[in-house]
Amino acid sequence: MLYSEKVMDHFENPRNVGKMEDADGVGEVGNAKCGDIMKMYIKVDDGGIIYDVKFNTFGCGSAIATSSIATEMIKGKSIDEALTLSNKAVVEALDGLPANKIHCSVLAEEAVRAAVKNYYDKKGVAYDPELFKESEDPHELACELPLSGGINPADIHIKPAQK
Amino acid sequence: MLVYADNAATTKMSQAAIDIELSLMREVFGNPSSLHSAGQRAKEVLEEARATIAECLGAEPREIYFTSGGSEADNQAIMTAVNLGARKGKKHLVSTAIEHHAILHALEAMKARGCEVTLVPVGRNGIVSAADIAEAIREDTALVTVMAANNEIGTIQPIEEIASLCKERGVIFHTDAVQAVGHIPIDVKAMNVDLLSLSAHKFHGPKGVGVLYCRRGLAPAILIEGGAQERGRRAGTENLPAIAAMARALKDACDNMAQNAVFVGGLRDRLIDGLSVIPHSVLNGDREKRLPNNVNMCFEGVEGEALLLMLDRKGIEASSGSACTSGSLDPSHVLLALGLPHEVAHGSLRLSLSEYNTPEEMDWIVEQVPLVINRLRDMSPVWEGLEDGSRPHII
Repeated sequence: MLYSEKVMDHFENPRNVGKMEDADGVGEVGNAKCGDIMKMYIKVDDGGIIYDVKFNTFGCGSAIATSSIATEMIKGKSIDEALTLSNKAVVEALDGLPANKIHCSVLAEEAVRAAVKNYYDKKGVAYDPELFKESEDPHELACELPLSGGINPADIHIKPAQK
Repeated sequence: MLVYADNAATTKMSQAAIDIELSLMREVFGNPSSLHSAGQRAKEVLEEARATIAECLGAEPREIYFTSGGSEADNQAIMTAVNLGARKGKKHLVSTAIEHHAILHALEAMKARGCEVTLVPVGRNGIVSAADIAEAIREDTALVTVMAANNEIGTIQPIEEIASLCKERGVIFHTDAVQAVGHIPIDVKAMNVDLLSLSAHKFHGPKGVGVLYCRRGLAPAILIEGGAQERGRRAGTENLPAIAAMARALKDACDNMAQNAVFVGGLRDRLIDGLSVIPHSVLNGDREKRLPNNVNMCFEGVEGEALLLMLDRKGIEASSGSACTSGSLDPSHVLLALGLPHEVAHGSLRLSLSEYNTPEEMDWIVEQVPLVINRLRDMSPVWEGLEDGSRPHII
């Protein structure tokens, strides 16, 4: 089996899935070109506790599962605690991910941070920009490869005929 | 209901092929190279298989070389032309942008031997034009290799036309016919094919066995040294049970080709018609010039791997050109070669059929796929953007 039971459970029965109309913070990460986008919505109370979370994800099974479990991991937690959520913790909570799917856990971590940053921006909360410095996303790097199949685009010399 | 719809990946072995393979394992265990009776019996079975396969392809038995499968045959074919070309100072190789990796990677490897490679693009319908191939051929072209039918989108390439023009220009022509043999008529002599690859497990034969057809007068390059088997061109004791099972499966496929094509083509059309009503979907590859067993569609706003996993839970086993299913992060080079943008190519679904499928199974697929697509679109921020107009629909 490609995925752990935990991953399949979160993929098939995603928790907190959906859109939130009146979110206090919304974060969107990834891009469709690379095959995954995560959008995370948070509701935060006056004490700085994330009391509701929702997500929508375009992506593979592990992208859906990592976003689902990340919402569970930050729901009921303080903003500060949510910011400590690491992609490693997401992978561990899912009983592991295949090596080529680790980038999904990075996206989940970034989606949470993006939602918090948006919440801070909306609220006018001052923060250290270093906190939200973009991590080096292996997914983005890999996505720069032009074509699969070992094709070097430079080999394609002839223009397609007019049809 | 369990529906196997991934026959382009591999097929279920036919009962006849299984029976032959098992009986030979039990009863004809001799080494075809041995002089004693057990060996000579094995040799007879081997040569019967060779003759059967030759007949199915319109070839002579001596032009059939057994290999470990399609990939080996592809590599051997390319090496054959490169070796021959090297003697004449020809170092240019022509192919298409939609070939199987067994071709593309082998061509790439030839660059280390000083070869230059031209990959000719295909039209939006997934078919290469013979005129574009003609334009790509140079004085120093050693090989043109064009697949007979594409493994992802099932488009049938004009190999007869291309082979003829190669003959006129004195260029060796190879076709990777792995998806075509046993499914559409192939006659190497009538089509002027010099080299052809096939693989048994694509037509209900066993895995790990295939054929390189190499026209008389051309000597296949030797990839494996060590013995006199296969006229000295491919060493190693022959996998006799598998070879005989392949011959039987191919004979059955060719004998029943016309009726299978009608039946399977009907199933295919039922799927295409049923799934095309899904909004923002597109059929990839030409509607007419395609294998009877291939359906390949893209659905906007969903990702292929998630689609496959959910379909698998419904008992539907299919495939996708999505990056996430391949282990690489890039979507299928074939879908990109059609001019589809990455984000659309990620949402592809390939359903490949065989005569073992049923109309009821097609109805189940047509019922389930839209449900799964809707479910994924409901949770897709891409779909949300497409629906609220913040992202333009592409298909």
